[in-house]
Amino acid sequence: MEYIGKSVIRKEAFEKVTGKAKYTNDFQETGTLHAKMLISPYAHANIASIDFSEAWKIPGVKAILGDEPFPLVGEEIKDRSPIAYKRVRYHGEPVAVVVAEDPITAKKAVDAIKVSYESLPVVNSPREAFQENAVLVHENLDRYEKREGVYPVPKTNIANLDKIRKGNMEDGFRESDVVAEFQISFNPSDHAAMETRCSIAEIRADGEVIITTSSQAPFAIKKLMEWYFGIEPGKVIVKTPLVGGAYGGKAAVQLEVIAYLASKAVAGQPVKLFNSREEDMITSPVHIGLDASIKLGATKDGFLKAAEIQFLFDGGAYSDKGVDISRAGAVDCTGPYAIDHIWCDSYCMYTNHPYASAYRGYSHAEVLFAFERTMDVLAEKLNMDPLELRYKNAIRPGDTTPTQVLLSSSTVGNVPKCIERLKELMNWAEGQRMEIDDRKIRAKGISCIWKTSTFDTNATSGVILTFNPDGSINLMSGVVEIGTGTKTVLAQILAERMKMDISKIHVKMLVDTQTTPEHWKTVGSRGTLMGGRAVLNAADEAIRKLKEVASCVLRVPVEELEVADGKVYFLDNPNVFVEIKDIAYGYTFPNGNTIGGQIIASGNYTLTRMTHLDRETGKGKPGPEWAVGAQGIEVELDKRDYTYRIIKAYSVVDIGTVLNEKAARGQVMGAMSMGIAFGGRETFVFDPYGRVLNPQLRTYRPLHYGEQPEYIIEFIETPHIIAPYGARGGGEHGLLGMPAALGNCLSAALGVQLKHLPLIPELLWRAQEGWKDDIV
Amino acid sequence: MSNPITLNINGKKRQITVRPAATLLDTLRLRLGLTGSKPGCLNGDCGACTVLMDGVPMKSCLMLAVEGEGKEITTIEGLINTPIQKAFIEKFAFQCGYCTPGFLMNCHALVYTEPNASDERIKDWLESNICRCTGYREIEEAVISVLNTVKGTH
Repeated sequence: MEYIGKSVIRKEAFEKVTGKAKYTNDFQETGTLHAKMLISPYAHANIASIDFSEAWKIPGVKAILGDEPFPLVGEEIKDRSPIAYKRVRYHGEPVAVVVAEDPITAKKAVDAIKVSYESLPVVNSPREAFQENAVLVHENLDRYEKREGVYPVPKTNIANLDKIRKGNMEDGFRESDVVAEFQISFNPSDHAAMETRCSIAEIRADGEVIITTSSQAPFAIKKLMEWYFGIEPGKVIVKTPLVGGAYGGKAAVQLEVIAYLASKAVAGQPVKLFNSREEDMITSPVHIGLDASIKLGATKDGFLKAAEIQFLFDGGAYSDKGVDISRAGAVDCTGPYAIDHIWCDSYCMYTNHPYASAYRGYSHAEVLFAFERTMDVLAEKLNMDPLELRYKNAIRPGDTTPTQVLLSSSTVGNVPKCIERLKELMNWAEGQRMEIDDRKIRAKGISCIWKTSTFDTNATSGVILTFNPDGSINLMSGVVEIGTGTKTVLAQILAERMKMDISKIHVKMLVDTQTTPEHWKTVGSRGTLMGGRAVLNAADEAIRKLKEVASCVLRVPVEELEVADGKVYFLDNPNVFVEIKDIAYGYTFPNGNTIGGQIIASGNYTLTRMTHLDRETGKGKPGPEWAVGAQGIEVELDKRDYTYRIIKAYSVVDIGTVLNEKAARGQVMGAMSMGIAFGGRETFVFDPYGRVLNPQLRTYRPLHYGEQPEYIIEFIETPHIIAPYGARGGGEHGLLGMPAALGNCLSAALGVQLKHLPLIPELLWRAQEGWKDDIV
Repeated sequence: MSNPITLNINGKKRQITVRPAATLLDTLRLRLGLTGSKPGCLNGDCGACTVLMDGVPMKSCLMLAVEGEGKEITTIEGLINTPIQKAFIEKFAFQCGYCTPGFLMNCHALVYTEPNASDERIKDWLESNICRCTGYREIEEAVISVLNTVKGTH
């Protein structure tokens, strides 16, 4: 039985095509109360007064929360009141929460709350936030409690600064013959997962807090509840059923805290808080925006010598995950190239925009848009083919990353090979730009990609295996099934190691932090590496235990036994065997004597030799490996009205050994689709007062059926030696280069260097015809 | 004021009392326990709540429960072993699964209503639904594979 590389059907497939799959909001326990939020219509204002009296008159209202100094929260800096107090800092911020018998009553009461606001000047971009004398989003930045290793700058809008200092910039630019400078920016946007966020909280009589939530980080919630409210982690039980899409957006912890406070206000009764689409888009954390300046130096024959980079991430009104996202941006601040001299300042800026959560790729697609666009600007200056420029500089084993990690053929995929293959697939030799007729232009653009993850250095993943009397195995892992199919891949890894039929592996989809071992967070494409290694460790323990019992039964030493096909057998004579079902609960001899008991095995895995980053230079090892790739886009552009159609989108990605062919292809294709939408159409449109004008799926339009291009996806398989069967992370990589490739493609088509996202026809028209770019 | 109504859902008659303003989606989910139809936007933009009314796909978030009287309503719970469900599994046409019930209802109606649907007609039918996980190609493959098999039977 060989399962590695096979397109095994996902374990929860039948649940999902029959409507039986349950997501958080599908659970409806009797006695559950419902909460609704009142959200701020302003991006920055003082709350002059708030009057709940009319709301209280509505029958069925159980509690109203607001106008109260709740403990401050935030993942790295405690700068946010879970429900605003005296001041709002972004459009959509929760101002009050009503708990009532049913959602309709709660909404009625929300509408009856009277608030009067005094508006304040807004900080409407990170560049604006960075100016001297900018309006301050937080005046008392120095008074907030924070984690170690975070450095907010009081009396500014800087939530944090991470620095990369590699080599010597003077040397770098002295060795350079050509310098290219470029600046890009784009607004925050949204994840738009189809399942809006939902949390249900209750507090039991003994003080146990039970939270059911659509989250990528159930185990992180336990730890945060301790940091925020002093509740012992053992008393917090978090349950996460199937999650209806997440893409990083559900890595942040927000509704869980509000639902907990709401439950507390009604003596611990269960309270459900379910986001409307509008709330999910702006009240809950969003996809981060970026303003970046890049300066590249290269020799005249195209070898990169220096990269000077400034990132101003639009962290929004509260730092939360923004601090860590901008840190990850510093870690891989360049594309996948060998560059000796790198200087990067990566800032997480406060603005009056909705605040940021992780987004598929964790700052990498954003950074790569800046960097890879600049690469094309440099190529033009050098009068060199942009693909050739990338190929020349591709990072290889023996080179070092911006944080000075020395790479090996295991820790980095094969960038040159990805580029070579992309060149063939795209028929690059025919040229980058072709006039089809007097209106239509066909053009191609490319981008290279790479990514490592930046987890806590002690992030862990665990697995428990329990056997059933029929010899089948229950597999319990803390990985959340967010749609990636990782839990099915874990079952494949287990089946492969146990040499057993995968239909005999029962995967527990629900995560319950009381009974499921921890998987740090289901983020950063690390479920397969960490969860997979934990599975292998647990499988080895199970095999050892099975052999111990079998050894007694068969009178064969443990070393001479093998486990396969549901049996434990003597290597020299496979006819001497015992079936696993007969020893899974211990073995009973004919006279009733029994040895052993139910086989229970466990395993865990923690990333190896990770280090913190040096504060001054950024030096350190933040992640285990870099998966890499090369991507391209081909469009047909109409010169008359600047509309365009993406005809083909290409990905050649080195994700190591492919464990489940169709699932991997689906991950890459889905990520490409999201990246095309991010690059080509999705953005929050802010008015001059920082309000989001399009918080709904009618005006904020993800890709719909029929708008998909042809996808051409190929895998290069350079194994990551320590990973299960050599796999690399691959859940995010398809997205990373899409905005940059699209930008490069359209820039080539028009002959102007495009600087902003999304690349809608209006923006192309403005860029080409010189209309003032007044996009905020 | 609430009045009793009778809804014919998945071949079973259900008599219930609803608020006149109750949407069909809320009624299915909260009153009848049929949570397969999903709320995604409550605005008709995403299609996750799609059900069939006399075989025609409708967004249940945009309909009142009372409008369902006298109609044959089919929800995802009423689809059992249909070719489109099998095709979705085989073609990996879903990931997180949240949009899947809506897509399945729409696709199911499509393959029986227009067994000879062209690519353009498939687009007309399916552009009302959003899937955020896949690249839509998997869904396209699933639909086309079923169209090819039902063509002979209609």
